[in-house]
Amino acid sequence: MVKAMKLEIKNGAFGYPGKPILNDVNLELNTGEIVCVLGKNGAGKTTLFKSMLGVLKPLSGSILLNGRPVEHWDRTQFARLVGYIPQARSLPFPFTVMDVVLFGRTAHLSVFGSPGKKDRIIAEECLELLNISDLKNRNFTQLSGGEQQLVIIARALAQQPSFLIMDEPTSSLDFGNQIKIIRQVNALKNNSLGIIMATHSPDHAFMCNADVVIIHEGKIWKTGHSDTIITEEILKKVYGVDVKIRSLGNETECNRLVCVPTV
Amino acid sequence: MLIVSVLFSACLGRYPLSVSDLLTYLLTGRSVDTSLPTVLLNVRLPRIIGALIAGGVLAIAGTAYQGLFRNPMVSPDILGVSSGAGFGASLAITLSFSLIGIQLTAFFFGLIAVFLALFVSRIIGKHHDKILMLVLSGMVTGAIFNALISLMKYIADSDSKLPDITFWLMGSLANISFDQIKVVLPLVIMGTIPMFLLGWKLNVLSFGDEEAKALGVNTGRLRVIIICCASLITASVVCISGLIGWVGLIIPHFARFLVGPNHKFLLPAAFLSGSIFMLLVDDVARSATSLEIPLGILISLIGAPLFLIFLSKSTKKSW
Repeated sequence: MVKAMKLEIKNGAFGYPGKPILNDVNLELNTGEIVCVLGKNGAGKTTLFKSMLGVLKPLSGSILLNGRPVEHWDRTQFARLVGYIPQARSLPFPFTVMDVVLFGRTAHLSVFGSPGKKDRIIAEECLELLNISDLKNRNFTQLSGGEQQLVIIARALAQQPSFLIMDEPTSSLDFGNQIKIIRQVNALKNNSLGIIMATHSPDHAFMCNADVVIIHEGKIWKTGHSDTIITEEILKKVYGVDVKIRSLGNETECNRLVCVPTV
Repeated sequence: MLIVSVLFSACLGRYPLSVSDLLTYLLTGRSVDTSLPTVLLNVRLPRIIGALIAGGVLAIAGTAYQGLFRNPMVSPDILGVSSGAGFGASLAITLSFSLIGIQLTAFFFGLIAVFLALFVSRIIGKHHDKILMLVLSGMVTGAIFNALISLMKYIADSDSKLPDITFWLMGSLANISFDQIKVVLPLVIMGTIPMFLLGWKLNVLSFGDEEAKALGVNTGRLRVIIICCASLITASVVCISGLIGWVGLIIPHFARFLVGPNHKFLLPAAFLSGSIFMLLVDDVARSATSLEIPLGILISLIGAPLFLIFLSKSTKKSW
């Protein structure tokens, strides 16, 4: 059983010196929870994630992992607890998919170590879990965007973290793979991982039965459970389009709310 | 392959030795030809070892830098180590230092150039892309030292000093002795071992700074260690061999073509291929014509077309 852990932000202001992007951020993520971050393009979702990872220094306020400021954590120790799935990526050298997934094991190796047999087994399990074992020996740089995305998710799983920060994990995935990833996210939550995920589809928040954070005009505008927070007016305000939200209550297989944009 | 090329190189030269004589001497310690031990130990062997070290070192430094800067077009002089060493050598030659003095000055100015680049990038590059800043700072320090080299050439005595400077800048392994190798070898070993050990971390850096950090790599520290090690070994080689370009750029490509991009295997492969390449080119340099061709010139002449061949091959294999 994984020990309960907490990743929290207190009065955070994030962005670049002289160019703050987010202000007054308060947020809490516990293991066994999913938080979906919604907001239009350029709202500051990636900035928030980079700050949470300690890659971008907060302009003010603090980000605490288990009560300890992120910048005081040793990078290796931190990476054993927090995994990251970034949005865009480029790889200048032709590593194989297996190598890329093994990169996820880095935090578990000694300073001068390289992955061993045990790490390979874990990496293979992660590929298996995402149904991409057949990509194992392929050149990562030659995969399609969606395949790369799945490999990067496998890499984060190989890291065996307690928290996952996912920056639009379903972008560039086809319809089927999107749903598979959402299912995987739910399974990980049930395995006591804490997941914070940026998404452009409010439906994903309904599918994950998740808590929602809406970023709007440089602030966290709303927080709460998806069923109460995601409303027609709020989506209109954030995205500027008309949306109908309906319940699928009489469908036993998918008893949840759905968003239907009017076209 | 390595052993064969070493034996071949040992036999080759102004005073030709036969392979059988050489093997008899090596295995039994006896020799029909009394001058064989002298030729072998004092002339050929230091040069062979020198070529192996120089080629190997330039190749791994190039490989490490290409990994570090995530750019396969980078060579060991990206941070100005060669320009710095070149300036050090021309300064020392102008001031009529001894051979050792010239090499020491070259070594120190090589390192100074790199530290200057690191320092400048730290100051101006606080909030920018660190790698970009480092490359630009390297270009700037390189340019400054190149200007200083030209200045030295301009003020140097054109009858005695200028030819020496020019010759040094072209690079050659002709003056290598065992004493120099004894000094350089420990430095090279000291700089190489950490790079081999950190090979895996260097792989992870391929995805860029932010992702490598998120995967648990202390990127700042790793970068400084690799830069220090690579500069140390490059400076120690350049100070005895003069400026030799291309090896650090082409050999990493060749090695990647052979063993793939994983630095755990790539660095040793680069070292071996660099060594063999340098040894064979040096053989050509000293025996193709009656007058020795400067190694640096020959390497560029051979290296440039070879690079094109690798490139066309590799786009087909698309590694």
